[in-house]
Amino acid sequence: MRIGVVTFPGSLDDGDARRAVRLSGADDIALWHNDPDLHQVDAVILPGGFSYGDYLRAGAIARFAPVMESIVDAAGGGMPVLGICNGFQVLCEAHLLPGALVRNAHLHFRNRDQMLRVQSTTTAWTMNFTEGQEILIPVKNGEGRYVADEAVLDELESSDRVVARYVGGNPNGSSRDIAAIRNEAGNVVGIMPHPEHAVEALTGPSTDGMTFFASVLAHLGGKVGAEA
Amino acid sequence: MARVVVDVMLKPEILDPQGQAVANALPRLGVSGVESVRIGKRIEIDFAGDADLDRAREIADKLLANPVIEDFTVRVSDGDA
Repeated sequence: MRIGVVTFPGSLDDGDARRAVRLSGADDIALWHNDPDLHQVDAVILPGGFSYGDYLRAGAIARFAPVMESIVDAAGGGMPVLGICNGFQVLCEAHLLPGALVRNAHLHFRNRDQMLRVQSTTTAWTMNFTEGQEILIPVKNGEGRYVADEAVLDELESSDRVVARYVGGNPNGSSRDIAAIRNEAGNVVGIMPHPEHAVEALTGPSTDGMTFFASVLAHLGGKVGAEA
Repeated sequence: MARVVVDVMLKPEILDPQGQAVANALPRLGVSGVESVRIGKRIEIDFAGDADLDRAREIADKLLANPVIEDFTVRVSDGDA
């Protein structure tokens, strides 16, 4: 399996995301913001960081990167895409996910280990979790407050598209404690906390993050099997 | 050269903690009677030829503002504002 990780100018967590991909047993493929070629990857991760310096709005300029056009097309065709933190912001700006992420309600950058409850396991990135499972992964953001109008929030909840919620305290004021959402098809997931920072006992608070990467491999493996 | 000014503001229903922080600092300046403060962005676009409001509106809609959370207005600058 080939999993691509995009590097934008200002990406910070592309290295950790690629490392997590390698630990999961897949090949990590470097994708470059200015190159529309996806190099035959089976899935794509948009990593955390501050693409284009967060100028204008977080993710606003990254959305127009040449690689994003290819990713939007591929996502439409069902390719799994995971946006982490800044990557989640980019997915919202690119309209692959509804809503937006704005300044934390308390204005502080929040960096801590965070409990989440996995709400939806009908996605390419969470199928190996059990519904309701509580996991511990780091959160670190200044603009992580998920907002959308009430109708969109209701729709997300009624269609099982809230993938994870914050438990034990909402770190940024997100509407309805939302930490992660998915698109209708379930191949595109945006998550504010960082699964790639929780893949090894030495450096993370848990290894719960690894299940996101194992899930996408299981999803892709199942698909290959079904097609064969 | 012709200048178009784009003002981008968070929609009224979106909490603006930056504005609140400023409002909360005002009593420390001895200023009272301010009910609320909201913070937005002003963008100045200089066209090579005539001011093109339609083009400015397109730029604002596609890039400068995120319609999910922000409203914008465009106007031709009258020189000093």
